[in-house]
Amino acid sequence: MAVCETHKELYKELDEFIEKVKDKPGILIAVLHKAQEIFGWLPQEVQEYIAEKLGLPVSEVHGVVTFYNFFATKPKGKNQIKICLGTACYVKGADRVMERFLEELGVQAEEVTPDGLFSVHPVRCLGACSMAPVVLVGEKDFYGKVTPDMVSKIIAAYRRGGRNE
Amino acid sequence: MALTTNTILICAGGGCISAGEESVKQAFERKLKEFGLDTVVKVVETGCMGACSLGPLAVIYPDGVYYQKLTPKAAEKIVEEHILKGRVVPEFLFEGEKEKLTLKEKPRGAEEIPFFARQVKIALRNVGIIDPMSIEEYIARDGYFALHKALTQMTPEEVIKEIKESGLRGRGGAGFPTGLKWELARQQQSDVKYMICNADEGDPGAFMDRSILEGDPHSIVEAMTIAGYAIGAKQGFVYVRAEYPLAIERLQKAIEDAHAYGFLGENIFGTDFSFDIEIRIGAGAFVCGEETALMHSIEGKRGQPRVKPPFPVQKGLWGKPTVINNVETLALVPPIILRGASWFRQFGTEKSPGTKVFALAGKIKNTGLVEVPMGITLRELLYEIGGGHPQGKQIKAVQTGGPSGGVIPAEYFDTPVDYESLGKLGAIMGSGGMIVLDEDDCMVDVAKFFLEFTVDESCGKCTPCREGTKVMYDILDKITKGEGTMEDIEKLEKLALVIKDSSLCGLGQTAPNPVLSTLKYYRHEYEAHVKDGVCPAKRCKAFISYVIDAEKCVGCTACARVCPTNAIHGEVRKVHEIDQDACVRCGSCIEVCRFGAISKVTPAVSSTVAK
Repeated sequence: MAVCETHKELYKELDEFIEKVKDKPGILIAVLHKAQEIFGWLPQEVQEYIAEKLGLPVSEVHGVVTFYNFFATKPKGKNQIKICLGTACYVKGADRVMERFLEELGVQAEEVTPDGLFSVHPVRCLGACSMAPVVLVGEKDFYGKVTPDMVSKIIAAYRRGGRNE
Repeated sequence: MALTTNTILICAGGGCISAGEESVKQAFERKLKEFGLDTVVKVVETGCMGACSLGPLAVIYPDGVYYQKLTPKAAEKIVEEHILKGRVVPEFLFEGEKEKLTLKEKPRGAEEIPFFARQVKIALRNVGIIDPMSIEEYIARDGYFALHKALTQMTPEEVIKEIKESGLRGRGGAGFPTGLKWELARQQQSDVKYMICNADEGDPGAFMDRSILEGDPHSIVEAMTIAGYAIGAKQGFVYVRAEYPLAIERLQKAIEDAHAYGFLGENIFGTDFSFDIEIRIGAGAFVCGEETALMHSIEGKRGQPRVKPPFPVQKGLWGKPTVINNVETLALVPPIILRGASWFRQFGTEKSPGTKVFALAGKIKNTGLVEVPMGITLRELLYEIGGGHPQGKQIKAVQTGGPSGGVIPAEYFDTPVDYESLGKLGAIMGSGGMIVLDEDDCMVDVAKFFLEFTVDESCGKCTPCREGTKVMYDILDKITKGEGTMEDIEKLEKLALVIKDSSLCGLGQTAPNPVLSTLKYYRHEYEAHVKDGVCPAKRCKAFISYVIDAEKCVGCTACARVCPTNAIHGEVRKVHEIDQDACVRCGSCIEVCRFGAISKVTPAVSSTVAK
């Protein structure tokens, strides 16, 4: 993927961040967070770039990227549907909500729909256990007490452009 | 600052946000503006108020009236009636108030509502009461007074002595005496020491740390600074999980504001003590809650644990003496310093003084956060505060301590909640998550759920945990699929004990607990799966069938239309039937049947539809 040529301004943004924090010890994870925020995921080129900038072996950067669930080595959908599979959500039927999302979108977990609009991610406890089962779309749109019946409506809202459209 | 006549506190905790708090807040603000009241009525978003199942919640001050389950329409009506005309709006009053309230009576304040009345809020003293973004409001609630007292009137040794005498123990789960930990770090000779706050709240079902960070971030800043003074550290780190962006944002603001007021940074309160705090964000690895793994992660490495000793107080972050305390533990520190150890000891039990925050979730009416004195019984906690089962069913057990903990069956509900008592039952206090289970929850399935979690989260460093938990999971999977044998159950138990003894860190050592505790109390359920082909809770798909009761079915075709595999046959207004070979047991039919004609049976039945 030719990220380097087409995303010069993205690299510039990353450079600015690295410049600010590079003197702090153990800053790799924070840089990876920023890079993922900028690029959406962490392609190999970006990992190599960060390794060079921070003076670390690529193997170490890659080792950290693959250790943590949060870092993605594959692209994600425009709308990331995160389904909480914490205990409270599980006993309230989150597994069935998950199944319905995958069925409606015709994808596997972590896979992007052909139109690039959605990907479904099982995630760890989101800490909103009282509203179980909980689904989070993107970073802010929380849905509580979700039943399988609500799934198609949730998806349709984002096909139209968002929760409040 | 303009004088205000009323203040509207809106709960912006995780539960209320997912119930639509944002639109309620906007409705309040819109309506206030419409009446020109926006200058005299203040709308404040607070941290979690605790009664999450009734969200979105709001309290109107100065009256102290609680409103529940708000909608934008309800918010508009409250502005029109309550704010403008001084009349409460009965239909949205907090649970249990409605029926008793006559128009002349004053609605009850928090102290009279059972859910709140039994609680003692120390760690949560400000959560849901102040604007977490305002340092002034924190100061108004005695904020930073404890830090001032420690720095100007106490030596570090005296601070440690006070915490030791209070008997405060780590609220992250293990219950290590906090004062002793500080003392051990104090005694270490080193030019650099570190103070870490462990905010990597990973136990599924626990959200008290999130609530404190989001609802009262200054309490952590203050407590860490006190701890830094006590142990002789100049630098603190808060390690927060990436799943809590709001907590990170508010903590960052709190750190900046504390700097501006001179409560953080160089020469705090004009003394020669200097301290600073930096936030480090996790990246989704459960094992990073383990202290040595957490430190590796702060160092920017893979978060793998290492052998202890040396303990972090000896060799911690970058090889320097380090104290790691959990969020809730730290939140208790300022009140102890300010009001004294004996004040703290009036709550709780001899060996477990003080209070503990619990997160109630699962099959319970009042899901949410509660802070109660240690030593309260599970029955009081679950029934008097938690309100029992939402549909009045029997509660079967409660699961505590997440993937490291165990289940406590209903017959032990008179056990006092403290570190020792729960340990004796084979469960643990853990971080305080309590998942309530009922008759529909299969104990083998619950054990499998937790094992799946640990298999996924095992860091892979030591073999018993990496390979052993996988083998345990496979056996559980076999049992829930109807392929298990009695030897499998024995093998499972043996393996669990080996993994417990031989794993490197807390994750592996406690990973078998869900299996061991369910085997201890619910062995018969395991055996029912293996010997009788029955899942008593009717949860495991291999052991159940959906059947239609011919007496109740009216032939509305709703089930047949919703069935994803077209397994339901029947003509309109005639009794329908399910083809068991085609049925995938998704449960959609039960949801849509309005006549209660469909039920689950165990063991599974063979198909009755003639081909």
